[in-house]
Amino acid sequence: MQSFNTKHALRLALVAAAALSVTACASRPKPGPAPEPAPPPAVAPTPTPTPAPAPSATVTPGTIQDFVVNVGERVFFDLDSYSVRADAAPLLDAQAAWLVRYPNVQVRIEGNADERGTREYNLALGSRRANSVREHLVSRGVAPSRISTVSFGKERPIDPGTTEEAFQQNRNARTAIVGGAQ
Amino acid sequence: MRLKTLALAFAAALLSTSAMVAPAQAQIEVDVNRGDVKPLPIAIPVFGGAQGAEIAQVIAGDLERSGLFAPINQAAYIEKNPDVNVQPRFADWKTINAQALVNGQATVEGGRLTVNFRLWDVYSEQPLLGLQFTTTPENWRKLAHKISDAVYERLTGEKGYFDTRIVFVSESGGRIDRKKQLAIMDQDGANPSYLTDGSYIVMTPRFSSSSQEITYMALRPEGSSIYLFNLESGRRETLGNFPGMVFAPRFSPDGARVAFSVERNGNSDIYVMDLRSRSSAKLTSDPSIETSPSFSPDGSRIVYNSDRGGTAQLYVMDANGGGGRRISFGSGRYTTPVWSPTGDFIAFTKQAGGQFHIGIMRPDGTDERLLTSSYMDEGPTWAPNGRVLMFSRETPGAGPRLWTVDVTGRILRAAPYPGSGSDPAWSPLQN
Repeated sequence: MQSFNTKHALRLALVAAAALSVTACASRPKPGPAPEPAPPPAVAPTPTPTPAPAPSATVTPGTIQDFVVNVGERVFFDLDSYSVRADAAPLLDAQAAWLVRYPNVQVRIEGNADERGTREYNLALGSRRANSVREHLVSRGVAPSRISTVSFGKERPIDPGTTEEAFQQNRNARTAIVGGAQ
Repeated sequence: MRLKTLALAFAAALLSTSAMVAPAQAQIEVDVNRGDVKPLPIAIPVFGGAQGAEIAQVIAGDLERSGLFAPINQAAYIEKNPDVNVQPRFADWKTINAQALVNGQATVEGGRLTVNFRLWDVYSEQPLLGLQFTTTPENWRKLAHKISDAVYERLTGEKGYFDTRIVFVSESGGRIDRKKQLAIMDQDGANPSYLTDGSYIVMTPRFSSSSQEITYMALRPEGSSIYLFNLESGRRETLGNFPGMVFAPRFSPDGARVAFSVERNGNSDIYVMDLRSRSSAKLTSDPSIETSPSFSPDGSRIVYNSDRGGTAQLYVMDANGGGGRRISFGSGRYTTPVWSPTGDFIAFTKQAGGQFHIGIMRPDGTDERLLTSSYMDEGPTWAPNGRVLMFSRETPGAGPRLWTVDVTGRILRAAPYPGSGSDPAWSPLQN
């Protein structure tokens, strides 16, 4: 009798579980994991960071830090555009001058796009932006063999926000030092 | 990471009993091309035998998610366990407003699971279908999906799409350092597994027509590569080395070629590679962006995306690269075209008025219909019957989720995957 009762109860539990899960199936899937926290306020929406006015005394010339702090790695682009903007040209000129001064340095230019486009188109757009920067540096005397390019499309935003200011930050090309400097 | 080989043989046979001969004229039918029809109330009692409850539950889930059927809660059933070999008590099923009834019996013998099932028209009191499927017991879910496909096809006249899988990109982490892993699951979200470890970015997977081979793009800081990945053997190889970015790989319908984009000096064009000889041919040579190729089901044409006219639009060319012409002319930007497996539509992403839409148009560009609208809808993929699309939807600041919509645009639902996912690709019907 005992075992019959247990069995019976078990079977009931199974039926109940099945009914429950059918109901779960039938209902709309839940929104899922908690939404990510709201993005922090956008960093300074200045489209083009101007190079620091005076070289920092604590930075050793010719290092990656020197390039990042005293020249600047990133230039920004207009929506769906890959032309180097007038306000970005001085920074690229400074990048080229720095690279001419340190001829062993190898760079990789990483093109980026904002999230308001589809994935593959944005990969192609990021490639165009990286190439525009490459052409600019080459036109200022940097050997093409020192420069590689890649596109991250919309995969690597630097600003997680969803405002126009954030999208502007994410339409950029970064000149990354990949060899020849510490 | 490792996938078990799905070595199984399904035997489907119409039962020979005279009671099982379907009437010439079915009384009930469901029109998949009219999304405004009320879902058909259908009763799916627990099947007899091993895993009968689970099998019935999987079938009910499949049919319910299609939006065309409304499975009735089992608690309401008056006839509790209708024997598959006996005429149901139709009056009992009419009382609860069931229009169709699916019942079945599972048996395990000699290590094989066999399921007999019947589909009944409750009002005409006629059997519409009687089939038997056999497989190994661990493949019971697949067997249940086969039954869903048979019921769907009998009642709608269209092929089912439930015995299928989805390969997609599972996303986790924050927006700045998002981890993206190739993942695969059954169409209903069951049996999920990862195919890559997340140490590099993956995108845009696609199935071959055999559905045992996947192609996808991998992105590392040093550059991109296109992989071919065999699900059965686990073998992974690249398409080769290219001077610039390579992306947007798609199989030809016969699986013998892959079309993809190659970027050189900032200019992206479409190439096609013969997988046996590994020789490739360049199909476009414009100074504009050409990407997102998709073959027509007969392999003769390719629809793709180009901004040669100033903004991203859709173009169709011959599969050898000739005769390209624009097919999209509406306002806004059109990207990610995907030719339907049934050939009658091309699905796409459209960006207009600050919103993103999933839409469809005829291959000649006529009859454009936008099916969805949101902050970010992207990357449609067709179910093998060409009547349902899956895509990813992102709300501002949150990770993307998988959604489905039917060709009428009226049946829009979150896909049964609880996590964040993008770039879904629907497999062909499995064997």
